Amino acid sequence: MLVPTVVLSGIGLLSGLGLALAARAFAVETDPRQDRITEALPGANCGGCGYAGCGDFAGAVVRGDAKPDGCPVCDQETRRLVASIVGLTVQDRAPQVALILCQGGDDVAAKKYRYNGLASCASAALLGGGDKACGAGCLGLGDCQRACAFGAVEMTPSGVARIIPARCTACGQCVAACPKDLIKLVPAEATIHVLCSNHDRGPAAKKACAVACLGCKKCEKSFAEDPRIKVADFLAYIDYEHAPDDPALAALCPTGSLVYRGAAAPAAERTSS
Amino acid sequence: MKFSGGVHPAYHKDTAGLQIEAMPLLHRYVVPIAQHLGAPGKVLVAKGDRVARWQPLSEPVGFVSVPVHAPTSGTVKQVAALPHPLGRPMLAVEIESDGEDRPWEGLAPLGDWRSLDPAALRRAIQAAGVVGLGGATFPTHVKLSPPAEKKVDLLVINGAECEPYLTADHRVMLEQAAEVMEGVGLMMRVLGVPRACVGIESNKPDALAALRRACPADVAAEFVLLETKYPQGSEKHLIYALCGRRVPPGGLPMDVGCVVQNVGTAVACLEAVRDGLPMTERVATVTGAAINVPHNLRVRVGAPLLDVLAHCGGVTPDVGKVIFGGPMMGIGQFDMDVPLIKGTSGVLCLRDDEAVLYEGGPCIRCGACVDACPMGLVPSAMGLIAERFRFEELGDWHVLDCIECGSCAYVCPSRRPLVQHFKRGKAEWRDILEERRAKTERDAKRAETAATA
Repeated sequence: MLVPTVVLSGIGLLSGLGLALAARAFAVETDPRQDRITEALPGANCGGCGYAGCGDFAGAVVRGDAKPDGCPVCDQETRRLVASIVGLTVQDRAPQVALILCQGGDDVAAKKYRYNGLASCASAALLGGGDKACGAGCLGLGDCQRACAFGAVEMTPSGVARIIPARCTACGQCVAACPKDLIKLVPAEATIHVLCSNHDRGPAAKKACAVACLGCKKCEKSFAEDPRIKVADFLAYIDYEHAPDDPALAALCPTGSLVYRGAAAPAAERTSS
Repeated sequence: MKFSGGVHPAYHKDTAGLQIEAMPLLHRYVVPIAQHLGAPGKVLVAKGDRVARWQPLSEPVGFVSVPVHAPTSGTVKQVAALPHPLGRPMLAVEIESDGEDRPWEGLAPLGDWRSLDPAALRRAIQAAGVVGLGGATFPTHVKLSPPAEKKVDLLVINGAECEPYLTADHRVMLEQAAEVMEGVGLMMRVLGVPRACVGIESNKPDALAALRRACPADVAAEFVLLETKYPQGSEKHLIYALCGRRVPPGGLPMDVGCVVQNVGTAVACLEAVRDGLPMTERVATVTGAAINVPHNLRVRVGAPLLDVLAHCGGVTPDVGKVIFGGPMMGIGQFDMDVPLIKGTSGVLCLRDDEAVLYEGGPCIRCGACVDACPMGLVPSAMGLIAERFRFEELGDWHVLDCIECGSCAYVCPSRRPLVQHFKRGKAEWRDILEERRAKTERDAKRAETAATA
């Protein structure tokens, strides 16, 4: 009994000693700042910064390859902390949220053919731009949902993607994943949005989808001067620099493509808190 | 020589006995500016302009670009993005016919090709907007201009027509045999090659006999009857079957000293030079169980699909799918307002019960697709990888060598949408390669600035 105990303990001690020496001899020199930054970052490894993960990004910040505010996910507090670790300062940035500029589900949008194949928007988009009659519409096969590391994209029962603002970190992965370029990052406090990307003339847009922006300019004309919603190329745009905030604006829209998603809206639809 | 893989679909060449019939003049034509692979031309006409038949509607921009021409005389109704057989609306010129079919005065026939030098022939072929009529619509003058370092010694003439249903090339070989062979001679002169080799599938021995009879004494052509097997008409497989040369992965036929041209293209080249006639018409097979009167039609480019179908007695009520091209590689149409274009070798109307949408099942690893793939790829593994969105692995499986012939999907007992996966995979893999190239460039530039600093 005694002999095996001693032998095993001896082997253990020897190996431990070997490992301890090896750790000293072959130690990899890392910048302690890199570890501190990694510690501070959210640790989701979402890739929103363009690097392979939080550790990789931290290394890039230390080397000076990445800007300290390059993490789109973390809050202002963390950005400041990261910047202070490398001795820099960052400017304050308004929090953003992703927004899907289409609400043309199967109940309102026409289809031009029956799609049968890989359940991926990018595959469907290769076939004449997808099965939606609207050339710009959401294909509803969930490429953005798969790209989101935070579970912030849900598919509505009618088959369009929708962002859950409370979970969205504005990392931008969905923006890159959408083959129809339907997703934009907008200021989180904005309340009025144009949820359409169709540039067709009114009749054509209407034929393809009941909730398309027709480019009628009712919203634009409601401003006496200096319109904060402008129509260009038959599609309305919000001027997010001076975003409008009047729930009554949405009621002007004949198709419902202009929506109010502020505090007064039902909880499920809010984009701003 | 026989290539490995390939399949034997039901050929349905029921229209092989039907003479080519010229389609009557229509009231309206829609001529897309982009009907070829390469840069679309610059539009030369505007709304309200009067145009004559064969008048150019666009001019080429650059070398890999060809013009399109008016199919008849009339008035330009609009120049706008209109439905295109490839799926997305594209810039097109709509012409309302005036019924006169007045020819353009600017036609410049060059006469006998035997007395002309290759450069003049090439110019005439580009000016006439000649593209490969086999379906890929690559500008013919580009194929006929191999760079000096590529030694081309063989012109391969593609009369395989391996797609089921289609008989347009077959009829051209029978009815225009003399013109095909003159065209072959012309292309040999442009390329400066000593011989041509005409490959025809064994189900068309009459076409081979007709061409052999019509071959002029000064055209050194060989005629080979090939095994009837899909995709015999794929240029890589045709070259291997005829002369045993293998086009390297990612390479072109000219890498092994060959240039491949379709029989219809040969006729178009001859007409472009001899008569100065631009390519404004082609022969297309209108067939399938859901068309009332199948035809081999000489149809003007830009003829709206609905008018062509109406001329063929219309479609039956149980029509399920209309395809431009053949059933293996053709493109299904969802808009009946599209025009027939230079690359439309046929219009196939399938019944509802023939155009079944299969729900693809899981891969059962039977390996049938591996046996069927004429490129020697492993479609089963590639399909599984694509299905999991692991596109960066597809490069190791040589996805870019896939010719999208559909043999794998045809034999798959699990009805997997393999070709669709590979089309996506090819697009994604090209993006990955482009990204890597850009990254290498960026890194090199950064290293350079670091070195100088």
